[in-house]
Amino acid sequence: MSDHRKRGCPGLFARIEGLPIIVVFALLLGLFMYTAPQVFLAPQIYTTLLSTAPPLILLAAGLTFVIGAGEIDLSFPAVIAFSGFVFAVLFKDYQLGWLAVLGGLASGILVGVVNGLLIARIGIPSFIATLGTQFFWSGMATVLSGGKSYALRGAEDSTVWNFIVGNFGDPNSVAWQDQISVQALWTALIVVGLWFVLNRHRFGEHILFIGDSNDVARVVGIDVGWEKIRLYTLMGALSSVAAMMLTLENKNYFGNQGQGYLLTAIAAVLIGGTSIFGGRATLVGTVFGCFIIWMVEAGLVASGLTGAWVRTVQGLIFLTAIIFYLFVEEPGRRATFFRRFRRPTQPGRAAPAGLMGPSKP
Amino acid sequence: MTGRLDTILPARRDTAEFGHIVRMEGVQKYFGAVHALRDISLAIGRNEIVGLIGDNGAGKSTLIKVLTGVIPPSAGRIYVRDQEIDLAHHSVSLAHEMSIETVYQDKSLGEKQPLWRNFFVGRQITNRFGFINIREEKRIAQDILLNTIGFRGVGIGVDSDVRQLSGGERQGIAIGRAMHFNSDLIILDEPTVALAVKEVRKVLDFVRRIKASGRACIYIEHNLAHVHEVADRLLVLDRGEIVADVKPKDMTVPELTEYLIALQEHR
Repeated sequence: MSDHRKRGCPGLFARIEGLPIIVVFALLLGLFMYTAPQVFLAPQIYTTLLSTAPPLILLAAGLTFVIGAGEIDLSFPAVIAFSGFVFAVLFKDYQLGWLAVLGGLASGILVGVVNGLLIARIGIPSFIATLGTQFFWSGMATVLSGGKSYALRGAEDSTVWNFIVGNFGDPNSVAWQDQISVQALWTALIVVGLWFVLNRHRFGEHILFIGDSNDVARVVGIDVGWEKIRLYTLMGALSSVAAMMLTLENKNYFGNQGQGYLLTAIAAVLIGGTSIFGGRATLVGTVFGCFIIWMVEAGLVASGLTGAWVRTVQGLIFLTAIIFYLFVEEPGRRATFFRRFRRPTQPGRAAPAGLMGPSKP
Repeated sequence: MTGRLDTILPARRDTAEFGHIVRMEGVQKYFGAVHALRDISLAIGRNEIVGLIGDNGAGKSTLIKVLTGVIPPSAGRIYVRDQEIDLAHHSVSLAHEMSIETVYQDKSLGEKQPLWRNFFVGRQITNRFGFINIREEKRIAQDILLNTIGFRGVGIGVDSDVRQLSGGERQGIAIGRAMHFNSDLIILDEPTVALAVKEVRKVLDFVRRIKASGRACIYIEHNLAHVHEVADRLLVLDRGEIVADVKPKDMTVPELTEYLIALQEHR
């Protein structure tokens, strides 16, 4: 490596957090404004975004920490089911109001702590541990609820409902100014708080070093196990908040209400630019990743394509984004890839092996 | 890269008076039936660079692990700053508290993290809620880069990621971190393995900086020429035993090489 190369100056992409994804978001928005102007040039689509995107954003924000730590959580759809059920029962059958909210939160924290203990203390890889707990807790929710759904009729008269998912404007008006949801504010506050934790707090720094390498984290004195327990507890708590927002917003609990979030939340994080190898995480990117995932769904349907296209296009964007970041993040990998298309210049210099292998700069 | 050695170095704060930073007496280590360390007695002066050499399996790593609390010895006494330590409760974090730092070959730095985070991770400067004082950390990191390590005009700043650094520069960062946190004894575990010649020069300069700043250093090395160049004293380890304690000026590199080969032939 030459000593004369400028290495202290990060490029434009590195200086503004999440810039590539913000550009992609703007381009997509422009595209949909062109293909479906009646929808995307009217304010209602954006107030709908504010009321329906928060659960996805909260899940993806938690996953940004988890993936940044080089781990994964597959159990959060089960928390949406389980915490949603705990909350719905306490809220509807027992009329507990704010205690129901605490109960929902506690159930999410319980799931998170169990995940953390399985991963950090027993040493099960997070993919397997959370796959198991996903089955356990969603099964538990089904058993306890007997497969029934809970309609929370009349919930909009409660202070809990109004405080968590109410609107800022006149509830009887249908004008868009009166449809701005409170949950958008709570979500924004939580995400801003999490941004400071990730980028400015000791915990966030520990998470990124753990994602970089567990061995290095131990050598520099980080209690890796304890931080992972805290990490999964945070994820569980955020999932339960998402569960309660979703249940209240729909005024209904049903057992598989978390199902659609598994792919979309993970995709939002990775589209946003958090490294699939851990060690690097961006919450700004995650939020825009959520907007893109959400907008693709609304935009494709509004542009006249069927719902079946939505998953296809989301999957395509997901893979494109991952390949893009792989090449931006790992120049060695990019060089290896392009070498494959070049004819060997000398005999004996065959294509290098292991495109997917770990590469070192 | 190589700043002059007489640039401002953080002087060792003088605490209590002591003769030796580390002293071992009759230390033994068994792994089952294997006698890994045989009656090791050594003493490291407070501003001494001691090269530890020997073949693979001679017991160099075991000796360091016993000293830094990674594994307990089977028998013997260890003194740090002339105080005997309780071997039943010796640990890595205790070694850190006693200002002993080990710089491992390639497990010391977070690859994707900026240098300023790497300097302070594990002992961040925070407010009471745990939020990091980034400005202060960057300021001190900048100071370490320029004055302790002597990175000048190489295009590396506190915001550079570790993976942008060459192998020798990484060793410099790890050594600089150890020096900043006022360690009295820095243990280097084969810092020049797999480095280009130019990078080796940088690392040897960092070792000289350790000496110039008044600290002690145990330098484990395979390459005799490297360690011969910077060490005040060389300890030769063979099959768990210290078989020679020589000063570099009394023995040239070729003589030392002959001696080590002769040791092997006596097996």
